[in-house]
Amino acid sequence: MKVIELKMTVTDSNDRDAQALRRELTERGIFLINLMSAPGSGKTTLLSRTITDLAGKVKIGVMEADIASDVDARRISELGAESIQVHTDGMCHMDAGMTRTGLENMENSGDRIVFLENVGNLICPAEFDTGAHKNVMILSVPEGDDKPLKYPLMFSKSDVLIITKSDAAPYFDFDFEAVESRVRKLNPSILIFPVSAKTGDGMEAWEDYILSEWEKRHA
Amino acid sequence: MHELSIVKHVIKTLREVVEENHVRRIGSVTLEVGEVSGVVIEQLADCWNYFREKDELVKGAPLYVETIEAVTFCTSCEKTYETVKFGKTCPYCGSAETYLLTGNEFSIKQIEAETDDSVEP
Ligand SMILES: Nc1nc2c(ncn2[C@@H]2O[C@H](COP(=O)(O)OP(=O)(O)O)[C@@H](O)[C@H]2O)c(=O)[nH]1
Ligand SMILES: [Mg+2]
Ligand SMILES: [Zn+2]
Repeated sequence: MKVIELKMTVTDSNDRDAQALRRELTERGIFLINLMSAPGSGKTTLLSRTITDLAGKVKIGVMEADIASDVDARRISELGAESIQVHTDGMCHMDAGMTRTGLENMENSGDRIVFLENVGNLICPAEFDTGAHKNVMILSVPEGDDKPLKYPLMFSKSDVLIITKSDAAPYFDFDFEAVESRVRKLNPSILIFPVSAKTGDGMEAWEDYILSEWEKRHA
Repeated sequence: MHELSIVKHVIKTLREVVEENHVRRIGSVTLEVGEVSGVVIEQLADCWNYFREKDELVKGAPLYVETIEAVTFCTSCEKTYETVKFGKTCPYCGSAETYLLTGNEFSIKQIEAETDDSVEP
């Protein structure tokens, strides 16, 4: 018996799968966006509004990941967008392998944006690359402005931070500037969009960002 | 739940290692786990024992866990302190603008293995 030194993180093999998936998706004309947040932060509501606002501008598909239910996928399909439900069977995050399997069950027409609504959890999804081109995390005002101190990895791995439920700001002591400075310490290049998916406030900036990223890929 | 996912990923990674290194049998697995990585070691051991019965690759192999101490750095006074004792608030200056230096690790440190090229006595 001999000792083999590995020093491998458990995510090494997933990282390789994710790189391969990302390349393939780029070739197929699919722009994959991974949405992450705590449960109830407002992922499905934000997606619904985004789909409605972008209707006619770009084709959108949605992959809903949930431990067991399919409520969110039904909410999305009512809007007329293609949506599928992926059950993670007890797993607390999506990994690249599960994302690949989910995509295989979607219509295979290429050229579109696919949103992945990850499992509501701020720890594990940050550690497992899904193969997405952009990682977007959602923080809602009622969760408080100290979240970046509690979940630094999620904030440092995300390309975009959406601060949602801004309509609720008058009822909570939520300091937008404090969040921004805490987040920038962890991740200087992150883009921050304050929005309300309820009133529509700030949604345009976020949607313009998606469209411009989409056009960069399909010029 | 988290531990179950981790064990599944560990085994998936080991499967790749086994192929690359022509391993015939795994004798033991050693993990390095940070004190505040959020992994519950007892639960990890339970999940491991479950898979160890089911999966030929790790059949009967014991799991060893080495813990790494958690240390936090304070950006206000630039001192470090024990995370587990003081949490997110710096014991020297009371600032909450702190971040973790070590303690969040989770990696497969090494395995003991019987390989095809090893000559057994
Ligand atoms: N006031 C307000 N409530 C919102 C907003 N976005 C979502 N919600 C509410 O927050 C709850 C959880 O939203 P949901 O989209 O299901 O969260 P998810 O679990 O992250 O998908 C629902 O009751 C939503 O109506 C918002 O911008 N403003
Ligand atoms: Mg949802
Ligand atoms: Zn201090």
